[in-house]
Amino acid sequence: MSMIEFHNVQKYYGDYHALRNINLTIEAGETVVLIGPSGSGKSTLIRTVNGLERIQEGQLIVNGQDLANRKTDMNRIRKNVGMVFQHFNLYANKTILENIMLSPRIVLKRDEEENKKLAMSLLDRVGLADQAQKMPAQLSGGQQQRIAIARSLAMRPKALLFDEPTSALDPEMIDDVLNVMKDIARDSSMTMLVVTHEMGFAREVANRVIFMADGQILEDDSKETFFDGQPSNERARQFLGKIITH
Amino acid sequence: MISIFANYGPDLLLGLGRTLLCSVIALFFSLIIGSMFAIFETTPIKFLRVIARIYIEVFRNIPLLVITMFFYVVIPLTFAKVDGFTAGTIGLTLYTSAFIAETVRSGIQSVNSGQMEGARANGMTFWQSMRLIILPQAYRYVIPPLGNQFINLVKNSSVLAFVAGFDLMYQGNVIASNSLDTINTYMAVGVLYLVITMPLSYYMRHLEKKLA
Ligand SMILES: Nc1ncnc2c1ncn2[C@@H]1O[C@H](COP(=O)(O)OP(=O)(O)OP(=O)(O)O)[C@@H](O)[C@H]1O
Ligand SMILES: [Mg+2]
Repeated sequence: MSMIEFHNVQKYYGDYHALRNINLTIEAGETVVLIGPSGSGKSTLIRTVNGLERIQEGQLIVNGQDLANRKTDMNRIRKNVGMVFQHFNLYANKTILENIMLSPRIVLKRDEEENKKLAMSLLDRVGLADQAQKMPAQLSGGQQQRIAIARSLAMRPKALLFDEPTSALDPEMIDDVLNVMKDIARDSSMTMLVVTHEMGFAREVANRVIFMADGQILEDDSKETFFDGQPSNERARQFLGKIITH
Repeated sequence: MISIFANYGPDLLLGLGRTLLCSVIALFFSLIIGSMFAIFETTPIKFLRVIARIYIEVFRNIPLLVITMFFYVVIPLTFAKVDGFTAGTIGLTLYTSAFIAETVRSGIQSVNSGQMEGARANGMTFWQSMRLIILPQAYRYVIPPLGNQFINLVKNSSVLAFVAGFDLMYQGNVIASNSLDTINTYMAVGVLYLVITMPLSYYMRHLEKKLA
């Protein structure tokens, strides 16, 4: 079953054509890495999937619901599709534990005891159980990002979106976050769409790599074709050369 | 000034009580109404933004006395009878709400936009995100300007004197004309205003420090 389907999707910011005729299908359980130069529309694309950005034309079906339809309940989509941001976006006025427990409590109406148990086990999974009572600002970037991932997982989503989750981090913290992400990717039921230029991550756990430029998808390959063979698109080849060598 | 307190103490205390009552009511409702319009101004719904804009521009740019007179004179002609105290308190509430709306809006806008996105992406509604994540942070940012609004509100409650609201200023006017001791009367009145505004000012500063 496919989790995410784009059919001839067009997205405009005013007059600016940000997504041009996107066609893309992501199956349930797949891990897809999205790369491309700055301004190519990666964030825009990923943000349409949970309705943070609206599309103007085409069909976008996520978890069986059409996001182009104005009547679609975005909050229902977001219960099933989590998102991890470049700058974490933890709630600055809540403790770490509350950050994780808040949405399950008020959106899913999860029983408080069960909620806490799951939150603590997720904190444990990301290696931060001892930080539960701290405020987000007291944690390092890498720790905050792992909390943000735990917060998304607490909703028990079917899919997770990551928008450059490690690009705001100091180099020594990147691996801790990537390891948590790899761990999730290996769980065969989770669908992941990840904007990242961490090619090690892509090599290890991605099923597919997509290259975007100027609002278009120029290359959509299996991991094997992308890394071991050659992307057929010239710009994709050049881009890959650049991010791998530096 | 001592003699004014000695001779007219009960009247002054009555006025002080009225001023305090009017201030508390107006403060409570203007904080609610002001916050509501501040939220309207930041919603994605254009209709609500326009409503909020119109409200704020109208009430912010008309003298408080004119608004109060409107409720005191015009409303009784068409709807129900209202006494001076009620008309004054309503006028003061609506007037102050416009300023509080502007203050709270600036607070909401100084909260990082990632906070709202994080909450929405986690399945919360706009209202849930606003109430639980954005507003608590926004109020923190605007405690000093809100404190100023509250103090202005107490001082502005003297508008009640113009519509027979029996507040502190009103009693002061009456006492001044009876005692013919204008200077000491208004000094006494000033001191009593300070009795309200100084603790308020001190409390807001304390709150600011505590939450910083
Ligand atoms: N809210 C917006 N309003 C107008 N234009 C926007 C908006 N968001 C993005 N854009 C434009 O759309 C284009 C794609 O932006 P997007 O953020 O999706 O790119 P990106 O691939 O994520 O880039 P980066 O690698 O820098 O994050 C850019 O030209 C950007 O300026
Ligand atoms: Mg981006």
